[in-house]
Amino acid sequence: MKPEDTSNEKPHRHIKHTERRDFLKKSSLLTAISLAPGSLIKAAEAELDEKFASALEQLPLSIEVNGKMQQVNVEPRVTLLDFLREQLQLTGTKKGCDHGQCGACTVHVDGKRVNSCLSLAVMHQGKKITTIEGLANGDELHPMQEAFIKHDGFQCGYCTPGQIMSAVACINEGHANSKDEIREFMSGNICRCGAYPNIVDAIADVKNGGQKA
Amino acid sequence: MINFQYVRASTVKEAIGTLAKAGDGQFIAGGTNLVDLMKRGVTAPQKLIDINNLPLKDVKSDKTSITIGALALNSDVSENELIIKQQPLLSMALKSGASPQLRNMATVGGNMMQRTRCPYFYDTAMPCNKRKPGSGCGAIGGYNRMHAIFGTSNQCIAVHPSDMCVALTALEATVTVSGPKGSRKIPFGDFHKLPGQNPEKDNILQKGELIESVSIPENDFAKNSYYLKLRDRASYAFALVSVAAALSLDGQTIKACRLAMGGVAHKPWRLSEAEKFLAGKKASAENFEQAAKLSMAGAKSFGYNDFKLKMAPAAIVEALSKASGLS
Repeated sequence: MKPEDTSNEKPHRHIKHTERRDFLKKSSLLTAISLAPGSLIKAAEAELDEKFASALEQLPLSIEVNGKMQQVNVEPRVTLLDFLREQLQLTGTKKGCDHGQCGACTVHVDGKRVNSCLSLAVMHQGKKITTIEGLANGDELHPMQEAFIKHDGFQCGYCTPGQIMSAVACINEGHANSKDEIREFMSGNICRCGAYPNIVDAIADVKNGGQKA
Repeated sequence: MINFQYVRASTVKEAIGTLAKAGDGQFIAGGTNLVDLMKRGVTAPQKLIDINNLPLKDVKSDKTSITIGALALNSDVSENELIIKQQPLLSMALKSGASPQLRNMATVGGNMMQRTRCPYFYDTAMPCNKRKPGSGCGAIGGYNRMHAIFGTSNQCIAVHPSDMCVALTALEATVTVSGPKGSRKIPFGDFHKLPGQNPEKDNILQKGELIESVSIPENDFAKNSYYLKLRDRASYAFALVSVAAALSLDGQTIKACRLAMGGVAHKPWRLSEAEKFLAGKKASAENFEQAAKLSMAGAKSFGYNDFKLKMAPAAIVEALSKASGLS
């Protein structure tokens, strides 16, 4: 492209750019207002800019994830699952149903397994989170991860991070004393491929191997 | 999810005061139902008051009762030694509910406050008098397989989904709540209400009130208690029908009996007639069948849930047989 061509188009482009940016600004503002609670809209009529800022208010959050302290700001409506995946880029934890029905999003909060999709990130101030990324010791896999590979405890693998996090907790809770008990206490993790028998074998193997889960 | 303001309360007084000031606010504890409802647009509070830091997590006992804090986790209560020893019915009911992950989040108070799982309540494109009063009921004449057979109204045939609440109804627990006007105690069986003409209200809590604890009076049902839950899969599903049965036996004679059902009404459904009938009688299959028959008086089904008219009495007999050791 010739230099003079660029300079010729410059003012034109500049105007277009500004218009588009302005449009995006206005339209996103309108979208935000349409999503905002009623009283907010009323208040917004008076002091739009200020109120718009408070509608998208971010709260400070100190949270330990896989041994690393994180000082972040989050919107109150962000779930722990979305926070882990979108803000920390820890995409090992999966979004399955996003409604607490499948268990793919299972992580540990202070050692207890929970569905991260039904929990707000801001509710975990000062808590310690462990995700599938935090289970291995460097290159050395966690015994449960090894057992899932050994017993072929997955097909497509989508539910696997949740299954493994749940399985580790299942043993730690003392609920892996028989295959029936494992099945009952792993019922919060759905596997659409149907790898259940191998998942149960993997958990029983870790439990019987006396390895610390 | 529509955005909202979020604040944390550290005392009961602060929580109640903050809610009173917020025009449209709600308490959040485990969030297992509330966050789901907010995601689906069924509810959209402007302010959430996080009550997880309130000192309401303990399970305490004295000579006459066990008191469970409203923020005690469902998992912790189900594994509590005192509960397993003295009130095994409650432990069984809790373990039959939800999944281990959800029980690790869900609290006792939140379990009581959870909304129905009627699909028409969750689908904002459908009519629902509970979600939007006056819009109609999608379940009456719709797909109502999970729905109520007792205590229904022409406005709503939804059921209360809790297992824990069925056990606490049978155990005649007492709920302590606090609000802007002070504290009060509510018999557990009176806490939830039938739909009537205002199905948008699930219970008798008044605006701004907070559940503090639930107390279970001492009883001698520990040896002969059973919670039977029938559902579409072996675990992790809401009840089609459930029965909480607690007996006090003297040999084969029933000294006292408590029975309540889940999955059949807008509230845990106490079987008072059957309880009266069984008191003083022999624990036998014939008497259990008669008690089940008495319990079904007034039952009404809506098409897809016709099967519950047969399943419910069979479940009552089975739960009584298991509780008494007959089977």
